[in-house]
Amino acid sequence: MIAEAGHYALVLALALALIQSTVPILGARLRDPVLMNVARSTALAQLLFVGGSFAALVTLHVTSDFSVVNVFENSHSMKPLIYKITGVWGNHEGSMLLWVSILALFGGLVAAFGNNLPLSLRAHVLAVQAWIASAFYLFILITSNPFLRIANPPIEGRDLNPVLQDIGLAVHPPMLYLGYVGFSISFSFAVAALLEGRIDAAWARWVRPWTLLAWIFLTLGIAMGSYWAYYELGWGGWWFWDPVENASLMPWLAGTALLHSAVVMEKRNALKVWTILLSILTFSLSLLGTFLVRSGVLTSVHAFATDPERGVFILLILCVFIGGSLSLYAWRASALKQGGLFAPISREGALVLNNLFLTTACATVFIGTLYPLALEVITGDKISVGAPFFNLTFAPLFVPLMIAVPFGPLLAWKRGDLLGAAQRLFAAGVVALIVIAVVWAWTRGGSAFAPLAIGLAVFVIAGALSDLVERTGLFRMPLAIALRRARGLPRASWGTVFAHAGVGIALIGIVCETTWNTEYIGSMKPDDVAHVAGYELKLDGVTQRGGPNFREMVAQFEVSLDGRRLSVMTPSKRSFTTRGSTTTEAALLTRGASQLYISLGDTSADGAIAVRIYHKPMVLLIWFGPVLMAFGGMLSLSDRRLRVGAPKPARASRALQPAE
Amino acid sequence: MTRKQRRLTMIGGSLAVLAVAAALVLNALRDSIVFFSTPVMVAEKHVPAGRRFRLGGLVERGSLVHGADLAVTFKVGDGSATLPVAFKGILPDLFREGQGVVAEGALDASGVFKADTVLAKHDETYMPKDVADALKKQGHWKDDYGDKSQAAQADQSAANPQSAGATRGVPQ
Repeated sequence: MIAEAGHYALVLALALALIQSTVPILGARLRDPVLMNVARSTALAQLLFVGGSFAALVTLHVTSDFSVVNVFENSHSMKPLIYKITGVWGNHEGSMLLWVSILALFGGLVAAFGNNLPLSLRAHVLAVQAWIASAFYLFILITSNPFLRIANPPIEGRDLNPVLQDIGLAVHPPMLYLGYVGFSISFSFAVAALLEGRIDAAWARWVRPWTLLAWIFLTLGIAMGSYWAYYELGWGGWWFWDPVENASLMPWLAGTALLHSAVVMEKRNALKVWTILLSILTFSLSLLGTFLVRSGVLTSVHAFATDPERGVFILLILCVFIGGSLSLYAWRASALKQGGLFAPISREGALVLNNLFLTTACATVFIGTLYPLALEVITGDKISVGAPFFNLTFAPLFVPLMIAVPFGPLLAWKRGDLLGAAQRLFAAGVVALIVIAVVWAWTRGGSAFAPLAIGLAVFVIAGALSDLVERTGLFRMPLAIALRRARGLPRASWGTVFAHAGVGIALIGIVCETTWNTEYIGSMKPDDVAHVAGYELKLDGVTQRGGPNFREMVAQFEVSLDGRRLSVMTPSKRSFTTRGSTTTEAALLTRGASQLYISLGDTSADGAIAVRIYHKPMVLLIWFGPVLMAFGGMLSLSDRRLRVGAPKPARASRALQPAE
Repeated sequence: MTRKQRRLTMIGGSLAVLAVAAALVLNALRDSIVFFSTPVMVAEKHVPAGRRFRLGGLVERGSLVHGADLAVTFKVGDGSATLPVAFKGILPDLFREGQGVVAEGALDASGVFKADTVLAKHDETYMPKDVADALKKQGHWKDDYGDKSQAAQADQSAANPQSAGATRGVPQ
């Protein structure tokens, strides 16, 4: 009964989405406020029905109703409650339902809080949202209905893939989807602007908070996924340049560029056409990510070709939305008036540079991800493009970007003074040079790469701080005045400082982890001692124990440093009986920002156990950096300017009206 | 600067960055891509020793030998040919005889494939895609397996847009 109700709610949501796709547009054409306001009610009602449908699926999973295929295939009555809930999006159908639920959530938010938007803009935005929603409702209902029943219900389910039974995975997909799908709002705004044929600084001010919100979630989602892979997959890697990861990195890069170009548009009314294009591209990359992950094309081009229904459907959605929006762009973009002038050396110029490097880096990731697929389809040759490719292309493009980052906020709008900015960054440069020298001396003339990269990261952090010092007048004025100035500084400026510093901190983590990672791999018997990076790890013993739906073998290690006992670490290996598969649960010991990491391999006949132990210096900074970036984003989002709402849009002149 | 000059500066700068990026990509594509082969392809093509590639196939039953100090040897076959593989380190969780495997490394002078990475997927019903494709082409594909890998693939890719779900053997 619940399954049927959930299915029915989804069909009703589709019907509402179809109304929302058409009526408000008609209303905007006829300038009828009643018809335009339909969008608001349908968007809210849609949210209600999709939410109901999603709640129905959660209920089915929690009550372990194995008469539903989706529950049978992905759940087990013995599974802990939390994983019964997270198992809802641990499979194709459920995660698509989560996707549309989040889409409806964003649509509902625009409807509920978009009261300060011009009526016709809101009508257009919500209509475009409904187009996307309709396409995905159809996709779910036709190809991936999560509410299908089984004729003869089995007693027990097949259980969720054990790797996915983890708290990191409880939070990671919703975060990532909030990011992916959040970019649909800026996409809808862009398409609405093209449909209306006008765009101004007020538009950018409405779009920016939505983009920022999506970007914050995407940043946290990617960082969380990376940390999950690090501790759950058991070999200490945190980024694999896997196509599935690249699928989330590409929208992040484009979204970061969009965030910056929207600033230029808001402040200076320039880069309009480019900002629109970026909005379209960012969401297109989100759709591409959905296609790559959902269609099975990555698992096998052949699997895709033999069971093409889902893949072709998403490909169709992809083509219609990307092709359609880009055609609309080609047709209407010229109608948008070009905005403010600026010199190449200026804040705008710096942000253009940022956009240039971010989009180019995004393009190299795009090529690296899709080239093997294209080659296999065309020639049948199978190749793998792995980390070396991305290290050779992505990294060189990021170096100039990182050097430029501290200069951006110090340059004035319109016409900047590069020499002046360089003078103000003098202290940051000196700090960076000292750090390079110290690190280089400390590593006793090892490779020059790591000290230079750390110096660059320190330059970015110190540059962000000098911007702050400059603005508050710290050191130049009495402390009280500086503090008062700091309080008066817009939160967006604080956000910039934190976000930029976050980039530097993440870079330090990445460089330290990759350069000075030490590892020990060997087989150990009880009372054996391993020495890793000055730590002594003694294997006390191995015990067996049972969990709710698995059995596990737990090894106990005693960790000591210089003969002083620090802690006990207990890595384990779990075997899940239902699927007959094993997972490795690594044990982590955090020391400052560094971590000790133990994971277990096989047990040999003589009782020795294969063990890998890593010492990963500064590894936590890799994820602390993105958290700091997201925090900066949140500060910026809470800026008064964005809360008080946008100014009245520029009055439309006849010249800017769409040619009708 | 006039408007035109400014615009030219911008376009020139963009083109320069794009040219650099294109050069980087082409260079990286030449040097850092790795081809995939099965044992029979290795035999036919006479891959020179020392050239890196990915070897895929099924681990021959009864061929796995554990040596001292975590060294292992096993044979990878595809129905028509087999190739001996040597690896030192911890094999992934799902490495089993009779199951699919992908190893990355190069042949040595004596014709043994020295692997520095061994990959297997976390779900036991899942077969590495390159292996499945190659076996399908040669007609060693069991239909039953195909169905299961479909189901597995759904939850594989499903909730973790982030991760491959692959384990790999860590070389010593």
